[in-house]
Amino acid sequence: MRNKPLTPWLFLAPSVLGFAAFTLFPIVFSLALAFCAWDLFRPPRWVGWDNFQQLLGFTVREAPSIPPGLGVILLAVCLVLAAGVILRLRGGVRLGLAVGIAAVAIFVLLQFLEPVNERFWYYTGNTFYLLLGLPLSMACSLGLAVLLNQTIPGRNLFRLAFFLPSIVGGVGIYLLWKWIFNTDYGLINSVISLVHPAGGPAWLESRAWAKNALIIMNIWATAGGANMVLYLAALQNVDPQLHEAACLDGAGKWHQFLAITWPMVSPTTAFILIMGIIGGFQGGFDAAYVMTRGGPAGATTTLSYFIYENGFRYFYMGRAAAASWILFVMVLGLSLLNWKWMSSRITY
Amino acid sequence: MRTRNPLSLAKTGGLLLLVAVGITMLYPLLWMVGTAVKTNDPEALLREGAGAGVFPDDRNILRNLFPPVWHWENFPEVFRVSPFARYYFNSAVIALVVTAGQLATSSLAAYAFGRLIFRGREKIFFLYLATLMIPASVTLIPLFIMMSWAGLVDSYFVLLVPPMFSAYGTFMLRQFFKGIPDELEEAACIDGCNALMRFVHVVLPLSGPALATLGIFTFLGNWQSFLYPLVMVSSDRLKTIPLGLLDFVDQNSANWPLLMAASIWSILPVIGIFLFGQRFFVSGTRLGGVKG
Repeated sequence: MRNKPLTPWLFLAPSVLGFAAFTLFPIVFSLALAFCAWDLFRPPRWVGWDNFQQLLGFTVREAPSIPPGLGVILLAVCLVLAAGVILRLRGGVRLGLAVGIAAVAIFVLLQFLEPVNERFWYYTGNTFYLLLGLPLSMACSLGLAVLLNQTIPGRNLFRLAFFLPSIVGGVGIYLLWKWIFNTDYGLINSVISLVHPAGGPAWLESRAWAKNALIIMNIWATAGGANMVLYLAALQNVDPQLHEAACLDGAGKWHQFLAITWPMVSPTTAFILIMGIIGGFQGGFDAAYVMTRGGPAGATTTLSYFIYENGFRYFYMGRAAAASWILFVMVLGLSLLNWKWMSSRITY
Repeated sequence: MRTRNPLSLAKTGGLLLLVAVGITMLYPLLWMVGTAVKTNDPEALLREGAGAGVFPDDRNILRNLFPPVWHWENFPEVFRVSPFARYYFNSAVIALVVTAGQLATSSLAAYAFGRLIFRGREKIFFLYLATLMIPASVTLIPLFIMMSWAGLVDSYFVLLVPPMFSAYGTFMLRQFFKGIPDELEEAACIDGCNALMRFVHVVLPLSGPALATLGIFTFLGNWQSFLYPLVMVSSDRLKTIPLGLLDFVDQNSANWPLLMAASIWSILPVIGIFLFGQRFFVSGTRLGGVKG
């Protein structure tokens, strides 16, 4: 469309000004901040890579937990095996083998090195652990979508009911779940005590169960929501003739699901997985703050909670900024990995 | 029994499964209502038995879902014991103003990105897209520092203005605007409309569903927003509902009926919007997700 050269800029002005002031400038600022030590009271001090070193760094252990000789031999074996895998990768060596070798190598290295900040790695582990809920929730979404994708009475009513938990959210719902997970009188342990008189775990007060509790809550909140609607849309695009043909060939329901439905919805699966990883990896703050304050003993502290605590409780502005960039790189890396892995498996 | 449209065995099984899942999904919300009408008052508990409270002797979740006497007074009580009306007002104003602001800035920019030609368009748009990947926690810390330099922390400004600009909203509306046929705007051009008139009279009226979808999601996102106001605001006067609820927990820690009543107040508008704008929720989930 023809227009005067100034016109587009008038349209852009409000958005671009706001974007520059409240997004672009803070991003640049944050990058600089990551290399400073600053508590907001004294002037900031340039510390170079110190913040990253404090979070990601490793130091040599004074007393290795296995004899150094054995460790060197193990490492050498790993290196040889890794070289073998790389050389023979085209010959179809399994990815699993490479991962296994890497795991052993990391294990051996950890006998000699210890992390500077053990908590940071623990919280990173927590963040990954909570991501395990994503495939579970996606499986539920797909299952519900398959069930709903047939002519049954009250379909829309079901869809509404399943969608409701995903739309109510925020602090009110976290409070509800704090009550549901109450050890003595909560809904879940009341149900468990009906079949198992000893009662259920202490959920949010237990280091072992707190993360699982959050995963259960997340499945409740996401299984019937947008992901299910996306799957439903994908299922409706599957040509029914495919199922008819498979039926004539004598394929059972389960076989049809594996051979037709699953490949046909794979683009949707890829999309949900990537968005879920991006969202899930950055998340976990609200629920942890309201329900557990990151506890017990840091068991539900995620990276975003760690960043909040460093920045706004201890006023380690620089370290918080550095951690937020590490989070960004992790999210980016995971999405790229996921993208590569999925794009070889998606059927269009 | 009518046999005109018989359900097969598998279908009946599926239907039963759906009913079971539906009940499981909704039971927590029912339980929320049930808890909210129970009582913590020792006198009432003596009068009505332990079943009227949240710590009943009978732990059967079906029998003790609702108390023998429904204590509706918990709902007005919330407003009596805390400045909940103020929180409500703040949340409503902030969510409405931010939504209106985001729709305005995003749609204007999206029109330029999607339907006007100018130098540097792709580069600036790429910059918008690139920031979508960056976690909110990256910008939150510098934003807090900037706002405290400007003396704007703990003010309506910080709650209203920075959230008004959204790269995501701009991206979403641009995708939608690109789908509008050129002929409509060309016709308006021949009739002597300038870009602003075409935007207002041609593009916006055709984008009702997209604007409504973005508006609803923005409103809900702001209604439930927690971390941002938590960081930026500390005085009672400015607190939104999520922050108010948290104070409420600190003051009434074991009073589950009152807490649940307050929580219900906080999600009531959400349920209202959901029932009113159902179709936009479904379309909203499809806007980003469907690939050819």
